[in-house]
Amino acid sequence: MTMKSSTRQVDGVTIVDLSGRITLGEGSVVLRDTVRDLLSKGHKKILLNLGDVNYIDSSGIGELVSAYTTSKNQGGELKLLNLTKKVHDLLQITKLYTVFDVKDDEANAVKAFSK
Amino acid sequence: MSGNRVSYTLDSTLETVNNAEETAGRMAAEAGFDEEDVMKISMAVREAAVNAVMHGNAYSSAKKVTLEFERTDRDLVITIRDQGPGLDASNIPDPLAPENLMKTSGRGIFLIRSFMDVVEIHPSQSGTEFKMIKHVRGSATDAKEASQ
Repeated sequence: MTMKSSTRQVDGVTIVDLSGRITLGEGSVVLRDTVRDLLSKGHKKILLNLGDVNYIDSSGIGELVSAYTTSKNQGGELKLLNLTKKVHDLLQITKLYTVFDVKDDEANAVKAFSK
Repeated sequence: MSGNRVSYTLDSTLETVNNAEETAGRMAAEAGFDEEDVMKISMAVREAAVNAVMHGNAYSSAKKVTLEFERTDRDLVITIRDQGPGLDASNIPDPLAPENLMKTSGRGIFLIRSFMDVVEIHPSQSGTEFKMIKHVRGSATDAKEASQ
């Protein structure tokens, strides 16, 4: 299953609903293009909903890191929402769990962005 | 007891990476590993296949990737070989080091080592070989370890 991405706006925050696999190739490219497109259009508060992402490889992890640093470097904020156990465990063992701002409730995640 | 061995010769493509992952998952399930270990094994194989296709063979249509599975009573042994210039195994950065933590690549071999019980990297001028072993739970080895 390849990755699908759709975006919606909630209180000034762009929520990106991702589903499928973030892996080398199409999945990583979809994530990269989505985040770059949002930033270029001035959408700088980005919440990546990973609730339906069932698989991620080292390339996908790298793409999440890239999305985070790219957003930050452009004055934006990027947070992660609804990690599956697999993705949670991967971020734990790679010591990235504490780097990302990870949320498990959409409403609270939206409120957590700076006004 | 004799083991079962199967070998595949594959092109240096992304399709090979996906096929290697799927085949590893199937082999691991058939060997009796639980869902979590199947995921770990298939992911380790995916990462090793990425290394072989992308870093070893550099997507060259002239170079092949060899994927081999051997099932013994005690282990699932998976070997992946490429035909690249040979990985410098002495110079693999630690992705957990503070200076590397936010890098966008360099986690593949770390994940392989995290998910498999034994990982051997054998580089040579004719390519790199990754040998990855996962012990079968409930094997004679595990029973012996459990009794100690």
